[in-house]
Amino acid sequence: MRYLPKSDAIRGQMLEEIGAASIEELFSHIPEYCRLNRPLNIPSGQSEAQIVDFFKAAAAENAPGYQSFLGAGAYHHYRPVVIDSLVSRGEWFTAYTPYQPEISQGTLQSIFEFQTMICQLTGMEVANASMYDGSTSVPEAVMMAVRVTGRDQAVVMRSLHPQYREVLATYTSRQNIPVTEVAYTPQGTLDQAALAAAVTDQTAAVVVQSPNFFGNIEDWEAAAALAHAKGALLIAVITDPVSLGLLAPPAAADIVAMELQGFGIPVGFGGPYAGVIAAKERFVRSLPGRLVGEARDAHGRRGFVLTLATREQHIRREKATSNICTNQALCALMASIYMTVYGRRGLRELAEQNRAKAVFATTRFAQAGLEVLFPGPRFHEFVVRGADLVRVQKDLADQRIIGGLPLRGYFPELGEAALVCVTETAERAVIEKLVATHAAHAVGRGLREPAVAH
Amino acid sequence: MSTTHDALHPRPTQVVREEALLFEFSAPGKAGYQLSPLDVPPADPLPKGCERDDIADFPELSEIEIIRHYTRLSTWNYAVDLGLYPLGSCTMKYNARVNEAVARLEGLAALHPLAPGSLSQGALRIMKVLADYLVEITGMDGITLQPAAGAQGELTGILLVRAFLESQGNARQKVLIPDSAHGTNPATAVIAGYKVENLKSNARGTVDLSALERQLDDNVAALMLTNPNTLGVFEEDIHKIADIVHAKGAQLYMDGANMNALVGWSRPGDFGVDVMHLNLHKTFSTPHGGGGPGSGPVAVKQHLLPFLPTPVVVATANGFALDCDRPQSIGRVKAFAGNFGMHVRALAYILANGWDGLRATTADAVLNANYIRKKLEGAYDLPYATPSMHECVFSDARQVKQGIHTGDLAKRLIDYGFHPYTVSFPLIVHGALMIEPTESESREELDAFVAAMLAIAQEAETQPEIIKSAPHSTRISRLDETSAARRPVLRWTRKG
Repeated sequence: MRYLPKSDAIRGQMLEEIGAASIEELFSHIPEYCRLNRPLNIPSGQSEAQIVDFFKAAAAENAPGYQSFLGAGAYHHYRPVVIDSLVSRGEWFTAYTPYQPEISQGTLQSIFEFQTMICQLTGMEVANASMYDGSTSVPEAVMMAVRVTGRDQAVVMRSLHPQYREVLATYTSRQNIPVTEVAYTPQGTLDQAALAAAVTDQTAAVVVQSPNFFGNIEDWEAAAALAHAKGALLIAVITDPVSLGLLAPPAAADIVAMELQGFGIPVGFGGPYAGVIAAKERFVRSLPGRLVGEARDAHGRRGFVLTLATREQHIRREKATSNICTNQALCALMASIYMTVYGRRGLRELAEQNRAKAVFATTRFAQAGLEVLFPGPRFHEFVVRGADLVRVQKDLADQRIIGGLPLRGYFPELGEAALVCVTETAERAVIEKLVATHAAHAVGRGLREPAVAH
Repeated sequence: MSTTHDALHPRPTQVVREEALLFEFSAPGKAGYQLSPLDVPPADPLPKGCERDDIADFPELSEIEIIRHYTRLSTWNYAVDLGLYPLGSCTMKYNARVNEAVARLEGLAALHPLAPGSLSQGALRIMKVLADYLVEITGMDGITLQPAAGAQGELTGILLVRAFLESQGNARQKVLIPDSAHGTNPATAVIAGYKVENLKSNARGTVDLSALERQLDDNVAALMLTNPNTLGVFEEDIHKIADIVHAKGAQLYMDGANMNALVGWSRPGDFGVDVMHLNLHKTFSTPHGGGGPGSGPVAVKQHLLPFLPTPVVVATANGFALDCDRPQSIGRVKAFAGNFGMHVRALAYILANGWDGLRATTADAVLNANYIRKKLEGAYDLPYATPSMHECVFSDARQVKQGIHTGDLAKRLIDYGFHPYTVSFPLIVHGALMIEPTESESREELDAFVAAMLAIAQEAETQPEIIKSAPHSTRISRLDETSAARRPVLRWTRKG
């Protein structure tokens, strides 16, 4: 086996030095009934060329070269070449958690810079070294709010990503944290009156996503005021960090739970991504996950270390703030490089391009007689209705295009609607094709007025 | 800095020059990007209040500066690519380059997770093949690939136990966890809504059967067991343990962190385990990435299948599909279908090895650990004489007499060019040195490590100060972690 750096002769010599007659002898203390006495039913080892062929064939069964208008928590942004070029260095991707700071300063300094950039972007004062992804950051943020406030309920918007709501329910239902869902208005944004009514003196956190799942921009200040009026914390959820290049940061929030995939991490069929939790400084000791801090050595030189570890599972065991152990360091590094490449001006220009393309698409859809739901300030996603989506999808596939996400399974109240995302990667001509294909399969104007969920 | 090193003569290997923080060499007007021209009209400005102000102090750098910055920083890291990385319980094995190459194929890396099933058959095929192989390797009946990491796999597994017991009428209240377990186990049980009860190990470092029988009452939902345990010792009474657990209606959870000792030789499904997680980043060679991403599939026996998180990859008459229609499911544990990029890499590893290579891999991992144990047992205290599998655990009992602790020995090992072992874990060994070489080490590399460890044991006798003040060869010396925690500085801010 080419990954095993020994000859049989060397193995024999090593066994001799150990004093074992055979490899089998090293396993002889395993009771007979626990031993597998047949080969695994897996083909014998394959050459590198065979492996590449297998995966190339699998890749070809997907949608290589298609222009996709899918978003909904995973975003097609252009990935600068320097990202893979840098993260392919073995010193980055074959290292582990920086437990030994003297030989992990690369990882530690890069995380310190990551934490800084996340704070600069979000208006928060502390950020952790990353979480698994955006969806799991939300329950971690809610559990954090429960610890901070001593209360045990949460209020979420129905316009929070539906899969995020599902993940939240998986965590909270076993911890007896009741979650109340608040409807959106006919404009697709958070219903302030309904929110005010839902928040009580038992509410630990109000969870608001902006841009929300429909792409609309929410009012952070108003949401924070409603939460704070009852002593609850506001958790701000952001699914595409590129939006922060242009949109007002959630500085009024107490905790930010964010997905970072949009920052140069491959969409890659759903992962690995990275999430992050950022917060106001006073909550630092309740944060889950790793934190890197500045330190000095005996000669006064600046270095970086994992710090405040007494929050974590390997020290606190059952009293830890979370069971999280790994972070997503390599994905967070991709995000850091991406932030560095675009930088202060580039991120804004990029975000403006995304919004311009989406606004252009909504205008064209409206001109073509289709219904764009929820007019109002948006970033790069919107909901369109009025075409036969099955036919649209088939017709688009023939043009090597993947259209928006059908919403019937997630929001049945919206009828035959699709969530469309237009990023900087969509050329004008392809946007025109998308619109024309919907127009060709139009089924009349809307099915009914957008209903307001319960 | 001391220069009185011995014949092995540790040498600094890092680029010593300082590298400032990004923010310290950023300057307005520099840029590392250029967007394509906008081919649609610019949008009207957003309403007042929707737009942000400038992102104060956000970096502005050119491409060459970015390349140099991250390249220089990388040279300050130790990595598997540089040498033996014997962190016990972490399985720091070689990360094959073909895995990286295939994971970056456009048809895989650029595939959207919500793409229609007809346009993601290849991705679903990869997941199904991997799922089937992992089921075969573990001897279980089914699997979910969704959990993002080992700790999330643990949570998923315990939620499965909870859902199963609830379906039987009583979720119960406690989870039993041996004192040798990873810290994630108790933290996980609490998040799943259980109380944790500690189970003491016996003199062999394994589960004490009489204590288990005593503590296992009708309120215990599960025993969370690592096998081989964190001493690298196989629980030889595993079947009796399983029988005791099952007789009381509880479930046996296995932490698969140490699966690298078993693949191809022994299957948890054959010795009574009901549910277990795997760490693809340990056993199946997906890279550790400086602390992640991981991937933590959870394999189960038949009776737990209905509760698996949604979605589950299935083969149907019309091809592969993601099945979300699972009324008894515990629900989603993560958005989308899991860390697919890690699934690709793990499958590439399994294909490269095959059944024969996997079995040989396990054999070499166990051979290497036993070789190190044999070579070091004269110089370091071996608290448990029980046979070792893929890792061996020593203690600092002999060196403590000179005031030298496991953490000091670890720092001195850095001077000899190695990443330290796992320090002070498992907790049942006072001053533990937990060494897991993995199969990826040649005898030459092992011999160099052994020579370093023996030299350090010698130094402990003759010049303990050099150990207490180690490392001497790195860019920075020991950092003051206490002050760092007392007044945490967690981000850069502009001075003045």
